[in-house]
Amino acid sequence: MIARNAGGAQVAPVVEARGVGLTFQTADGPVHALKDVNLTIAKGDFVSFIGPSGCGKTTFLRAIAALEAPTEGSLTVNGMTPDAARRARAYGYVFQAAGLYPWRTIAGNVKLPLEIMGFSRAEQDARVAKVLELVELTGFGKKFPWQLSGGMQQRASIARALAFDADILLMDEPFGALDEIVRDRLNEELLKLWNNTGKTIGFVTHSIPEAVYLSTKIVVMSPRPGRITDVIESPLPRVRPLEIRDTPEFMAIAHRVREGLRAGHSYDV
Amino acid sequence: MKSAGPVLTVLIAILALWYAGAVWMNAQWVRDQAERAGQTVTWEQIVPQTMNQSRPVLPAPHQVAVELWKAVVVTPPTSKRSLIYHAWVTLSATLLGFAIGTGAGILLAAGIVHNRAMDMSVMPWAIASQTIPILAVAPMIIVVLNSIGITGLVPKAIISAYLSFFPVVVGMVKGFRSPDAMQLDLLKTYSASRMQAFWKLRLPSSMPYLFASLKVGAAAALVGTIVGELPTGAVAGLGARLLSGSYYGQTVQIWAALFVAAALAAGLVIVIGMVQRVTLRRMGMLR
Repeated sequence: MIARNAGGAQVAPVVEARGVGLTFQTADGPVHALKDVNLTIAKGDFVSFIGPSGCGKTTFLRAIAALEAPTEGSLTVNGMTPDAARRARAYGYVFQAAGLYPWRTIAGNVKLPLEIMGFSRAEQDARVAKVLELVELTGFGKKFPWQLSGGMQQRASIARALAFDADILLMDEPFGALDEIVRDRLNEELLKLWNNTGKTIGFVTHSIPEAVYLSTKIVVMSPRPGRITDVIESPLPRVRPLEIRDTPEFMAIAHRVREGLRAGHSYDV
Repeated sequence: MKSAGPVLTVLIAILALWYAGAVWMNAQWVRDQAERAGQTVTWEQIVPQTMNQSRPVLPAPHQVAVELWKAVVVTPPTSKRSLIYHAWVTLSATLLGFAIGTGAGILLAAGIVHNRAMDMSVMPWAIASQTIPILAVAPMIIVVLNSIGITGLVPKAIISAYLSFFPVVVGMVKGFRSPDAMQLDLLKTYSASRMQAFWKLRLPSSMPYLFASLKVGAAAALVGTIVGELPTGAVAGLGARLLSGSYYGQTVQIWAALFVAAALAAGLVIVIGMVQRVTLRRMGMLR
């Protein structure tokens, strides 16, 4: 299967979903979290999943990460099953809460996956230094999480996800709990990081401006059952200053996203 | 120092209540004595006579204080009349029992968290074990162990462990399960093994629960040891002092032993509190 990345070059797909469905069996009967989801994510893409609560965006991200198993269709990551991809350390996952261990320093927290994966001591230290620099937390390694602001904690959790060199970064509303100013800054830094590392990023969000600002591809979803209603390829350049949000191109994409959300009857309720 | 006022007030109130109780409960004996002698006594005559009886129903605080002074400070600790000697006998069995109980409690909790069969089967037994009155079980344990040649410290320690493992199991099961789903998902994305999840996440997360359980467990361990000392024929230990005191109507001796037991329990809890503070500070969990 051939996919095209943001630059239009042909590259192998990183994530390939064909007719993916996921049904949870609950006490109130089956819940269709995902239905007939088709999506190809190419290497180097920045893909945002946007939609109201219950549209399955988080479920889809979790399925890519093998934290949920699809009940229908096929889903491959780097050409493998999500489970095999996990064992091959294909992705790092960032949750909405930083979830740092309070009993570990920032460096100790970033080291956690490295310890589990059995990297050597020297390698661990080198990698910690490298990723802390990447998220601009150099010098904070010896601090404990509670000594850092919420934004810095979330940066540390991104460093933790980057530490073992996964090609894919899956982020589930990572900045959802932060205020707008901190969020803007982290968005800017995330774009820079994405540009510098060439990672493929899957990003779940509630925010239209955030999705448009960050993504090369915006996946609009709607609930009951969770499905994709629109996939928008962004014409914005890879390097994006914050001011780009005031340009007509930006507004046009945001408008299309809003239309897509409305078409999914997502705000009926 | 701000708290000195309230603490002192409460202390004085307790002492006043105690003195009032001593007068109230010991007065009957004075009246009976007077009646036998064919005399009548007024309250002014009764009150002084309630303060220094040799076998009062409720000894006055100063009587207990004098007894404590004699048994703790004046008597050499090697003497069988020394409460230091008896306290040490009780404390050593308590510490051994507490260690066994804590170890067993943590192991059981780890098993319960990791094994569904244990989760379903162990907890009901643990709860059942605590519904049996320890006074009924203690003599059996002593007799059974005695018949296979185990005497002295160990049988008491086992009774002590029997009482102290329970709060540790309950607390540690809760503690090992305290990490939320997100934390466990995160480890899953690293393909971490259950062992790694235990050592890196569950065990450190459970520390605050551990210390809370230990404080309850330490007090339970002490009670277990004292109960274990009752059926041994009142040889040594605070339990033996309580029993012999009640045999001979030595209420002052009983109260003195009770105070030493309370002090031991308080001491244990304070030591655990200090270990807790040091541990949590080292773990960076104390701000």
